[in-house]
Amino acid sequence: MADNVWILGITMTKFGKHADKDIVDLASAAAMGALADGGVTMREMGIMAAGNLMGPGGVGQQIQKQVGQTGIPVYNVSNACATGATALRTVIMAIKAGECDMGIAVGVEKLAGAGLLGGGGQAKRDGKVWEAKGRYGAVAPTDGRIGTDTMPGTFAQIGMEYGHKYGGADFELFARISEKNHAHSTLNPLAAYSKRFTLEEIMGDMMIAYPNTRPMCSANCDGAAAAVLVSETKLRTLSLEQQRRAVKVAASVLTTDPWEEACQILPNVNTLTRNAAKQAYEAAGVGPDDLDLVELHDCFATAELVHYDNLMLCPEGGAVDFFNSGAPWRDGTTPVNVSGGLQSKGHPISATGIANVWEVCHHLRGEAGDRQIEGAKVGLAHVIGLGSACGIHVLEKSAA
Amino acid sequence: MDDWRSSITTVRVVTDTATPTGAQVPLVDYLVLGAHPHLEANRCMSCGARFFDRRNACASCFGTEFERVAIATEGTVRAFTIVTFAAPGVPVPFVSAVIDCDGTSVRGNLVNVEPDPSKVTLHMPVRLTTYSMGIDDNGTEAVAFGFEPT
Ligand SMILES: [Zn+2]
Repeated sequence: MADNVWILGITMTKFGKHADKDIVDLASAAAMGALADGGVTMREMGIMAAGNLMGPGGVGQQIQKQVGQTGIPVYNVSNACATGATALRTVIMAIKAGECDMGIAVGVEKLAGAGLLGGGGQAKRDGKVWEAKGRYGAVAPTDGRIGTDTMPGTFAQIGMEYGHKYGGADFELFARISEKNHAHSTLNPLAAYSKRFTLEEIMGDMMIAYPNTRPMCSANCDGAAAAVLVSETKLRTLSLEQQRRAVKVAASVLTTDPWEEACQILPNVNTLTRNAAKQAYEAAGVGPDDLDLVELHDCFATAELVHYDNLMLCPEGGAVDFFNSGAPWRDGTTPVNVSGGLQSKGHPISATGIANVWEVCHHLRGEAGDRQIEGAKVGLAHVIGLGSACGIHVLEKSAA
Repeated sequence: MDDWRSSITTVRVVTDTATPTGAQVPLVDYLVLGAHPHLEANRCMSCGARFFDRRNACASCFGTEFERVAIATEGTVRAFTIVTFAAPGVPVPFVSAVIDCDGTSVRGNLVNVEPDPSKVTLHMPVRLTTYSMGIDDNGTEAVAFGFEPT
């Protein structure tokens, strides 16, 4: 039986605009923060996994040059919006495999001002002659002619498809989900935006892709997060204070999307999330009812709705009723995105899959201050990247 | 990933100097033109999975033999969005939709309908239609497809 793995130290930078810092600065701040939080140094680390999507590559070695070059293996990972979760899981697997007893995962992104993601994507053409290119033999860019390639549009359709299947999901419902997350963000000092919006303000804002208006879309921003992981055997040799603050990784799961009809034209974010959730609950020996808080991947308000269902926080088809019951508000039965979620906290892609774990750990340790979910013992962090990849981590408070 | 803005261009087709030759090319190779325009898919001969692009092996069953099959030209809207903010060069607003064409899901724009949430509905019946994208220097016309309400 492989050893359990625990989070010994974890941190995130403030999300937002960091004009005076590059990705290495941000990642180094997060890495040094996580090491200090865990009461250890780079000397104890046996592995580093580093996630970054938009930078030049090889960010792990660049981070080492700023925080400590000890010769340990670095895994530079890239897995869309699941990159941070993948970095975390890479370190967890190395510890489970017995290759080392401590390691560090880092995720970093600079996205402030990046604008619309996912649109366009065809090579530049100079000629005035129609010429077929690519796997579809396209003679012109297809974005905007054969549907949309943009993220807001893709996830809008994903939410609308849920409404098509089960009913009850309209523009106002999606806007109210966003209202909840923005309300939650007012308690999070590390969020990129922590302003409360009225429902009218959300619905009246600039429409990006119906039914997602601007505040219903995740905020592009800069940020980093890092975690130090430790084997249970090693943890038991550390101080009582370190053991008390450590958070158990009860499940660490990564899935991709199995083939289904339609997945070639609209990514199916549901099946791989449901598959990951099933595996995670089984590994952790907990069910959705046991969760004291959930940080799920609300890259758009339309996405949050479908993941209530995919994570089985409600009966199948019951996501609209689940939201309308008040359950996912911070005083509800299953608080969802008490950090403010990606719509207000921000979404520096590769940092997201560690920052959501930090949020859950913050509550399990009883250190979340004004936004503390009282008595939180078990939480779940979920990310999904199109392509697709889904990462889920279930975290448990230390009994010590 | 490159900055998304650098990868966007729009084909500038000079229509006033070119002479139409009557030749046509489809926007994508799975659009079949002619008297009865329709879409074609590569269907896996082992499991029946349908793909609009060429595949090295079937994503569903790993089979390697495919045949071309025609896709129904009528269907219903299963999901849509009205895109009002897109990459430069992409005209907005437009309606992007997922259409269930008799069991094969197709992606396309809804055309000949106002891009307004009160005019586009889920379950709406639609049919394939084609339109000209312009004529190039050789006199060749490119033809695109969309779906219009029936
Ligand atoms: Zn097959």
